[in-house]
Amino acid sequence: MEASAELLGKTLVTHQTGPQGKVVHRLYIEEGTAIKNELYVALVLDRVKQRINIIASTEGGMDIEEVAAKTPELIISTEIEPQVGLTDFQAREIAFKLGLEPNLIAQAVKTLQGAYRSFRELDATMVEINPLVITEDGHIRALDAKMGFDDNALFRRPQIQELRDKSQEDPRETAASDYGLSYVGLDGDIGCMINGAGLAMASLDMIKHKGGEPANFLDIGGGASPERVAHAFQLVLADAGVKAMLVNIFAGINRCDWIAEGIVQAFKQLEVKVPLVVRLSGTNVEQGQKIISESGLPIITAHTLEEAAEKAVEARNQAVGA
Amino acid sequence: MTVLLNEETRVIVQGYTGKIGTFHAEEMMEYGTNLVGGVTPGKGGKEHLGKPVFNTVKEAVSEVGAEASIIFVPGAFAADSIMEAADAGIKYCVAITDGIPAQDMMMVKRYMYRYKKEDRMVLTGPNCAGTISPGKAMLGIMPGHIYMEGNVGVVGRSGTLGYEAASQMKALGIGITTSVGIGGDPINGSSHRDILEHFENDPDTKAVMMIGEIGGPQEAEAAEYFKNHMTKPLVAYIAGLTAPKGRRMGHAGAIVSGAGESAAEKVALLKEAGVVVAPNPSDLGITMEKVLKEL
Repeated sequence: MEASAELLGKTLVTHQTGPQGKVVHRLYIEEGTAIKNELYVALVLDRVKQRINIIASTEGGMDIEEVAAKTPELIISTEIEPQVGLTDFQAREIAFKLGLEPNLIAQAVKTLQGAYRSFRELDATMVEINPLVITEDGHIRALDAKMGFDDNALFRRPQIQELRDKSQEDPRETAASDYGLSYVGLDGDIGCMINGAGLAMASLDMIKHKGGEPANFLDIGGGASPERVAHAFQLVLADAGVKAMLVNIFAGINRCDWIAEGIVQAFKQLEVKVPLVVRLSGTNVEQGQKIISESGLPIITAHTLEEAAEKAVEARNQAVGA
Repeated sequence: MTVLLNEETRVIVQGYTGKIGTFHAEEMMEYGTNLVGGVTPGKGGKEHLGKPVFNTVKEAVSEVGAEASIIFVPGAFAADSIMEAADAGIKYCVAITDGIPAQDMMMVKRYMYRYKKEDRMVLTGPNCAGTISPGKAMLGIMPGHIYMEGNVGVVGRSGTLGYEAASQMKALGIGITTSVGIGGDPINGSSHRDILEHFENDPDTKAVMMIGEIGGPQEAEAAEYFKNHMTKPLVAYIAGLTAPKGRRMGHAGAIVSGAGESAAEKVALLKEAGVVVAPNPSDLGITMEKVLKEL
C-alpha cells in the first residue's frame, strides 16, 4: 500500500518514457514471486520476411538488443507461417532450446501460443515479455509485458482503443492526430509544415544541412483544406521555442491556391510574429503564389527546396540575433 | 519502352464510383491512360465516366481485357481487393490506399505465393502516389505535368519527395521512363530491389534514381542487388538523417527500430556498394545530371 501511494502521481522516467518522464496514473499489482529463472520472449513483425517472428532467449531481464549484438547465439528466432500460425512443435522446440525441464514444456507451449494469439487477434506490432519467469514452485509467469499496436487496425480493435490514455501522450501530438495531421516534436527552433512524410523528412534534413535545427516534423497530408492548414499553424506556433517557420508544399492532390489561402488566413488569425518562409510547387502554383504576394503580408517566398531552407535558417538567425 | 505501364495498358479502377476513385479516374484519362472501366460491387452493368462498371474484377478482365488496376478502396477492405485483382489475372496493381493493417498485408503477400512467379501479379504500394510513364500513362494521383519523358527510372517510397525529384530533373532537361512509388508502409507489394530489376531489364532506362528513407531493410537489399546484378548507374537519396530513433516519422514504416535502419547507416551501405548518393534533397537533379554525363 505504501509503495503504491508513493508511485501513484509520481513522474516516472525510464527508457520508454523519454527524458521528460510520464506521470503514473495506473499500477498493476501482482504477488511477490520466488524466481528460479528469467527468460525473454517477444513477437515482432519481421519486415524482411514479412512474417511474424518469435524471439526467445535465456537472457531474461536484460537489454535484449545488447544480448543480440554481443551474444547472438543466445537468441532463438523462429519464423511463423502466416496461414498456419505458430505450431505446437515450434513452441516445443523453443521451450527445449530455452532449457526448460520436461514437466514445464506443456505450460511453455500454452504460454507461447497465448502470446501469439494476442499478437494476431489484437493486431499487435510487437509483444515483448521480459522477463518471463520460472518460479520456484514450477510455474511460468509473465512478470512484465509491453505491446505495440497497429494504428491502421484500431478500427477493428475497440478494446485496444479503449485503453488509450491521452494523458500519457504529448498533447501536441494528440491534437495533431485529432486533426488528421502527423506531428513529432523535436528540439530545434525552426517550425515546419510540409505535405508528405518523405518530403517532410527531406526538408528537415535540408534545414540541418543549412545549419539550422528543426523544431518539429509535421505532415499535413493530402487534400489539405484551409482549416487544416490553420490547425497546423496553431500546432507549430504553440511551441514557444519556434523562432522561424518554414512551409514547404509540393501539391499533387493538394492545390497550392487552397494552401495559400489557408496560410494567409492563419497568418492573420494567429497574428504570426515569427518570420515565415513559404515554398509552393506543383498543382496551381501560380495562383498560390499570387495569393501570397497579393496578401501584402510579410511572407518570405522561395522557389526551391534549397532556397526555402536557406531563407528559413537566415530568418531564424536574424530573429535570435545570431 | 517503359516498365509496368504504357499507353496501351488496359486499366481499371477498383473503387471506381466513389468520390476519390471518380476524381482520379478523370485525371488519369485526361493524362492519356487507357482506362477501360472500373469495379464497384453492386453497381455492375452501369456506366460511369463513359466506361462500364463491373461487380467483380474477373468480369472486367473477361469483358474489357483489364490488365492493370488501381485501388482506391478504403483501408479496411483494400487487402481483399488486392487479392481479388491477383486472383482475376490482373498483371499489375497499384494500391493507393493508406491505412491497410500490416497483418492484412502480410496475408496478401502470403496469398500471392499461390501463383507461379510468371503468373503472379506485380503489386506496388500500398500508401503510395502510384506509377507514371511520362507522356504515356499514369496509374496514380500525382500531378502529371511535372514529369518529363526520358531515360531515367525512378523508384521511391514517398510521393511528394518523388515529385521533388521529377521536377528537379525536369528543370535540368532530364526525363523519366517510369516513376514507381512503392509506398511508406512496413509491408509493401514490391521492394526497391524488385523495381530496380525492372529498370535493369528495360532497354530504354539508362540510369535509375532511388529515393529511400529511414526504417526497414529495403534500401540495404537494394544496395546488395545493385552490387551484384546491376549494370546501370544508380543515384540514391535517403530521407530522415535528422530523424530521432524510435519515433515514427509520418509513414507507418518510417521508424528506426533496429540496427541498419537509420539514414546514416543506409547511406554508408549504399556508398559501399558503389551507389552514387545525393548528399541532400536539393541535389537529386544535379547528381543525376553528373552521372548521365559520364555515360
